[in-house]
This record gives sequence, C-alpha cells and structure tokens, in this order.
Amino acid sequence: MSEITPDLVRHLASLSRILVTDEEVEKLAGELGVIVDAVAEVNKAVSGDVVPTSHPIPMSNVFREDEVRPSLSQQEALSGAPDSADGKFRVAAILDED
Amino acid sequence: MAKDQLMPYEQAIEQFEVVIGLEVHVELNTKSKMFCGCANEFGSEPNTNVCPTCIGLPGSLPAVNKKAVESSIAIGLALGCQIAPTGRFARKNYFYPDLAKNFQTSQYDEPIAFDGKVDIELEDGEKFEVLIERAHMEEDAGKLTHVGGATGRIQGAEYSLVDYNRAGVPLVEIVTKPVFGAGAKAPELAAAYVRAIRDMVKAMNVSDARMERGNVRCDANVSLRPRGQEKLGTRTETKNVNSIRSVENAVRYEIQRQAHILAGGGSITQETRHWHEDRGHTSAGRPKSDADDYRYFPEPDLVPVVPAAEWIEEIRATLPENPALRRKRLQGDWGFSDLEFRDVLNADLLDQVEATVAAGAQPQAARKWWTGELSRLANAQDVSPDELAITPAQVARIQQLIDSGDLTDRLARDVVAGVLAGEGEPEEVIEKRGLKVVTDEGALVAAIDAALAQQPDVLEKIREGKVQAAGAVIGAVMKAMGGQADAARVRELILERAN
Repeated sequence: MSEITPDLVRHLASLSRILVTDEEVEKLAGELGVIVDAVAEVNKAVSGDVVPTSHPIPMSNVFREDEVRPSLSQQEALSGAPDSADGKFRVAAILDED
Repeated sequence: MAKDQLMPYEQAIEQFEVVIGLEVHVELNTKSKMFCGCANEFGSEPNTNVCPTCIGLPGSLPAVNKKAVESSIAIGLALGCQIAPTGRFARKNYFYPDLAKNFQTSQYDEPIAFDGKVDIELEDGEKFEVLIERAHMEEDAGKLTHVGGATGRIQGAEYSLVDYNRAGVPLVEIVTKPVFGAGAKAPELAAAYVRAIRDMVKAMNVSDARMERGNVRCDANVSLRPRGQEKLGTRTETKNVNSIRSVENAVRYEIQRQAHILAGGGSITQETRHWHEDRGHTSAGRPKSDADDYRYFPEPDLVPVVPAAEWIEEIRATLPENPALRRKRLQGDWGFSDLEFRDVLNADLLDQVEATVAAGAQPQAARKWWTGELSRLANAQDVSPDELAITPAQVARIQQLIDSGDLTDRLARDVVAGVLAGEGEPEEVIEKRGLKVVTDEGALVAAIDAALAQQPDVLEKIREGKVQAAGAVIGAVMKAMGGQADAARVRELILERAN
C-alpha cells in the first residue's frame, strides 16, 4: 500500500500552489495512492539493469548553433502579463529567496 | 532585525571543526542563451532579450546551445573531472517568479562532469586540494527588483518587478565535496577557491568572469562540529556572495554565528541565508527545501547529451595553460619576489605585465609601470588599469626610450599622460610636447656652470668626499632644463668637474 498521506498531499499542493479542500485532500490521497501503487507494480516487473527511459525516441546530441535570433519586443513580451511596470513584469511581493 | 551574537573567531576555531562546501555558478559568455536564440547580453533594456521559450509561453520548445555544452565540457576538463558519457537535463520544479516556466532546466543525477579536483595555494604557501563533486549545466533565472517598503529589500516589499533578460542564460554550477581540515583558514581557502575558479574561466574565455556583474557567484555552505565528532553538523547555505572578499567575510561570519549558538546549547537551522556586504552579516532566508521538494524529473523536451570521445579531446586541446601553473612559470621567468608577484596578482595585472614584457620591456620595469604610475592614474580615473587608454606595447616603448636615455622617468610620465589624452603614439607625444631629453652637452655644461656659480662651495665638498653635495646642483640643473635632462649624466659631468 502506498504512503500517500493527507499531509503529503497538502505539502504537494502547497509546492504546486494549488488550493485544496480537506475533502479533496482525502480524495486525492486515495487516487494518488492508486497511481503510485500501479507504478510500483511496473517496478517489480523490470529487473534492476534496465536503464530508465527519459525520452521515447532514442536520439541524442540535438544542438543549436550559438547564434542570436530576434527576440520579442518589450511590448510583445509584456502583452500577456496581467500587470507590468517600467518594462518589467509586476508580481505580488513574495517573502522568499533573492 | 535582532543582531546575531558571535563567538570570537579564535575561540570558535578552538572549539569546533569547520566544514565548508562551495557552489560556484559561472555564467557562460555565449552569444545566445542556453535554450533559445535570445542574446546573452548584460545591460539591455528590460525584457528585450526574451522570447516565448525563455518566458515560458505554452507550446515553446527549448533547443540546446552547442557552444554552451562545449564550454561546460571545457570547464569540467579544466577541473580535472570525468565527462559523463550520457548527460541528461532535468526539470527542477519550483514556484517563484524569477523563472516563468515554474521550473528551472538543470541537470540532476547525470551532470555533464563529475569527480575533479582543484589545487589551491594560500598566500602563506599552504596547499589544499579541493575535491569537485560535480559540474552541471543549467539556466540562469530572471532578475527581481523588490519595490516598496522602506528598504527596497524583500522584507516589506509591496511588489516585485521581473526582468527575464537573464532567464535562460547558460550557467555551469560547480559543486565541491565537503572541505575538511582548513581550520582557521577556511574563510581564506573559500575565497582562494572562488578566485581560482574565476581566474580559470576567465583564462579559458568561457565567461566574462566579472563578479560585480554576477558572472561568477558563490553559495557558501558552512557547518561546524565539535572537535572529535564524526557526524557532520547542520549546515547553512549563504547566498548572494558576489565578491571574493565577501566569500571570506561571509564564511567567517557564519563560523562565529554558528559557534555562538552551538556553544550555548542551541541547534543550527538548516536554511538559506543572505549575505549583506554593506552591513557585514547574514540574515535568515527560507528553510532549505529538500531535493524531493523540487520533484526533479528528466526534461522530456530535450534529448541526452552524449559527447563522443573525439569531441571531448578536441575541446581538451583548446584548454589554455592552467592559471596556477602559468603564475608559477611567469614568476620564475620574471624573477619576482613573492611580494612583488603578489602585488601584480592582487591588482589583477598579470596579463598587462606579461604583454608589456612580451613587447620588449624588462619584467621589473613592466611591473613598476603597472603597479605604480598606471595603477595610480587608473585609480584617479576610477577605472581598472587595463581599461586605461594605453596599450602594453606603448608602455614597453616608453620604457625602451627611458632605457636608451631618450626619456627621463619624469618625462616618461608626461609621455604616458599624452598617450592617455589621446595624443597618439609615444613618439608623437614626445614630438608634439617637445619632451626629448636634452643630450646637448654644451647646454648641460652651461647650466652646470650657472648652478655652480650660485653654489661655489659644492666642488670643494665633493673633493672632500661629500659626493652627496652634488645633489643640490643636479636639482638646480634639472630645474633649469625643465626636467628634460638625464640626471645621471648631469651627475657625471659635475663629478668630472670636481676632479
């Protein structure tokens, strides 16, 4: 059985900035638990020497040359912003890191 | 904010063993950003070097800058690291407006380079080996300005303004393993390490390496444990340490702050702290997130980097001489004392002196120009000496004219002033300002005669063995010739006269 506790769901919700009600927490804990258990089943099925797949297509070294391409104008860049000032995006103050 | 209590430094070192760990972020000087074609440029108008990719608009896709990967591999090699046969990008998820995507594209369990070491020599000659855990590629975040509140700092800010020009600029983060055994020298070692990394990436020309612009930034981890204890103490990570002097000060401060808390029976909170250079202390930031909270996962929009051995060797062949070895070689070639050489290093003048010597000046003369007159002039103009409008070749030329007797030291300084004023090459300045040394012996003899007439007892004194009496006459002659005489030659002529 998974260890998706209501507290863990609340923690994840706060990391993701998603507002959840207590009711939803209970429901999500159950649903996420089912998913985690299902993934655990897959883990059981593969042996330890299988490399995890990070990309569905076996490709590597897809690069771009170091060339400057035109950027958006400041006006275009800010056009989708709910709020802006002095050519910058304006956001609510957050007491956090620099 | 309550002021931290600090334990006297010597006492802290006596009671506790210091363990440090350093994370240095190096901004690469590629033309374009890490994952898009926006210009990687400092000082542009806000939000003008941005595109859908670096402001995280839906549907945009990243594409890896090849030059950034090359520079990252080069840094890994210069750190003596192994280069990973497969490197993957990962998403580091967090909500903060410095990146609009809600994640930073970074590397997690497969960094491009790992297991290296850097040899550090402190000023007193003591050597340390700093082991490198890893160096990984990631993107820089945007720049926030906190507005409102009394101080302009985060606390009390009413809102923040975001400029995404820096978002997506390629970074290499270099992480050391814990460094033990530096004791009282831990702050100095931390500073020397950051200086070594800065010098290295500058010499490699993979970064502009200007700390005042944030091209090289350091996060310093510090923990203490009572002497004899095996288990590592709780660490703090001090951010915002953006000069070499700050690194030393911030580490020293944390040692004293933590020592006071631990000695009083308290415990250290694992947290991020901010260094305030102006006030010389750190303040608490957020509690440090666990790696789990970042919910790293492989970046699905980017494929792995699998550098071929030939590619790695090609990059290795382009690496410049290791800065530490170069310094050792140059000091030996030039025959500078440790003190003389340190003056050159501390003033960041190694390149200038080397170029001046290469242009034909004697090493000691080149050193004196750059650490003396030119540093003084640069200081007066509030620029660094390498920004003065004079080239090492011009300095070497002026020195050659002194050596050949065409200029005196005083005249040479006038020539320098002329070059700096944009009057042309040294020869042109000499021509225009009429600065040539008077080599007309007749004129010198006449001036000497005139001076001796004013001070008739000088010759007698010289004959009695008081050679220093000639000084007054030399001074008078130099004055009469407007400084444009060779003082040594004047002295010779006076002594001849006395015989």
